[in-house]
Amino acid sequence: MPLLLLLQALEIMMITAMADFKPIPVDQVGVEERAAKFRTRSIKKEAKMQALRMALNLIDLTTLEGRDTEGKVRQMCYKAAHLHDEFPGLPTVAAVCVYPSMVPVARREVEGTEIRVASVATAFPSGQSDLKLKLDETRIAVENGADEVDMVISRGAFLRGELDYVHDEIAAVKGACQGRALKVILETGELCTLDNVRLASDLGIRAGADFIKTSTGKISPAATMPVTLVMLEAIKDHYLKTGRKIGMKPAGGISNAKTAIQYLVMLHETLGSDWLDNSLFRFGASSLANNILMQILKQDTGNYQSPDYFSIG
Amino acid sequence: MAHLDIPKTYKLFIGGQFPRTESGRSFSLENAEGGTIANLCQASRKDFRNSVAVARKAQAGWADRAAFNRSQILYRLAEMLDGRRAQLVEELNFQGISSVDAEKEVCASVDRLVYYAGWCDKYQQVSGTVNPVASSHFNFSVPEPMGVVGILAPDEFGLLGLVSLFAPVIVGGNTCVILASESKPMCSITFAEVAATSDVPAGVINILTGFREELVPHFATHMDVNSIVYAGDNDPDVKILQEGSALNLKRVRIHRGVDWISSSSQGPQFILECQETKTTWHPVEVIKPKTGGY
Repeated sequence: MPLLLLLQALEIMMITAMADFKPIPVDQVGVEERAAKFRTRSIKKEAKMQALRMALNLIDLTTLEGRDTEGKVRQMCYKAAHLHDEFPGLPTVAAVCVYPSMVPVARREVEGTEIRVASVATAFPSGQSDLKLKLDETRIAVENGADEVDMVISRGAFLRGELDYVHDEIAAVKGACQGRALKVILETGELCTLDNVRLASDLGIRAGADFIKTSTGKISPAATMPVTLVMLEAIKDHYLKTGRKIGMKPAGGISNAKTAIQYLVMLHETLGSDWLDNSLFRFGASSLANNILMQILKQDTGNYQSPDYFSIG
Repeated sequence: MAHLDIPKTYKLFIGGQFPRTESGRSFSLENAEGGTIANLCQASRKDFRNSVAVARKAQAGWADRAAFNRSQILYRLAEMLDGRRAQLVEELNFQGISSVDAEKEVCASVDRLVYYAGWCDKYQQVSGTVNPVASSHFNFSVPEPMGVVGILAPDEFGLLGLVSLFAPVIVGGNTCVILASESKPMCSITFAEVAATSDVPAGVINILTGFREELVPHFATHMDVNSIVYAGDNDPDVKILQEGSALNLKRVRIHRGVDWISSSSQGPQFILECQETKTTWHPVEVIKPKTGGY
């Protein structure tokens, strides 16, 4: 009997800590089947062209490498605004995404365009650091001119079950963002199950995320369609409950136009056309833009294209 | 013992694998009596596009291999091909070639691979030059691979034509996408099985079966193909290839009326037609009494 009492007491403690927060189980087989269905849609001709242009405008053009230099970031920012000048009328990408040390460079380079500057923070990509340092890093990124902050959650704490800690950390970083948009990276490749993905999504949304994002791009698997679908469902449920629209950013591993279009189909059929806008959806990618450009030129000229004729990036 | 015939599925060879065409189409080969002898994949432009993509991916790695290693791999191809002689002769028979001619064609194909295997580590020595210049430079020219080469194999020799065209191309560090003979395509896929088991890295040789009329325009206009080798005498095809190739300045080689059995249809010139010459000016210090320096 004492054991049972103890268990009951523990349960009560948990309930008070995460009041009204219940993990929602995910039907893995169902999600995978549903996600596979989106891959069978055929989007052709004008609809394809429209989707390709839209996808370009949803990209967070990203460089997150130890070997990044100012020159590399300047080049990427130029590319962000001038995707392929030989083909007039193309949109720009939505944002450039860099390390905090490169934010001042990026800020300067995108001046006068609509392109936003996103900075990763909170000891990206592992998140293994002290909360104080993470908050300082976030503040520095914002002070240097970042419009958006991409934070990583503490996966170690999450997997240990310390949901309170993860929640409070996200909330604290949100505070340090001083009103800038916060994207919360779940790093789904380390969360092991779709149940965990759903739980982390709900947690991130609850703690104040403006976007939830799949991956850092440093861990494989990165973004997959089933994982993204689970996150979109979390966003949908939150919207239906509260009316608040949370953004979605699949990142890593989306490198060709066909996959990008399949994601857009999934987005549209799960959340509707409101989300087909870069205020609510982004692709985190480095090589996707060129692949889409090649597809657009293929549609326009009828000839298969070569990367030789497109700028690096 | 009772045994059911198991008719072979002739598929495409792309990136070291044997996929069916993405289009799901096939065409039948008939013998002289009008009976079906095989069904083959009718490759589409998307199969071609996929092949070019894998060929491009494989090219740098293949060119970086030591010349001697490429030579070993070509020789291995010859060994494996030799082991399949009976099967290839039988397939050529099916496609209307007499046993004597079929035997001759298969032997010539094996010999041709051995011949080109020998050239791998020699063509650069033979055709590279040291050039006289009037300044203090060591000036030399060497042939380098062009990249991805599209090959339209001759119609009359299902096996030998294919081998004669692709061997010199890959000797030089290129990768290739081959459209096999339209009327005698069976051996090309059997040859693909040889290639798949001979240490040729995936993507270096890609083989499609299908219709020229459908695919020639795509060979011609694909911006990521660097060169075209064509054997045949269909003037409209040649025109399409030459016009389309102007888009990205592909080099187009047309082989008309070549007797592929003859040993005159092999040689280093076939290797060099898919090479670019790179000339390097390397500064040297000329040390003379009184006037040192450059």
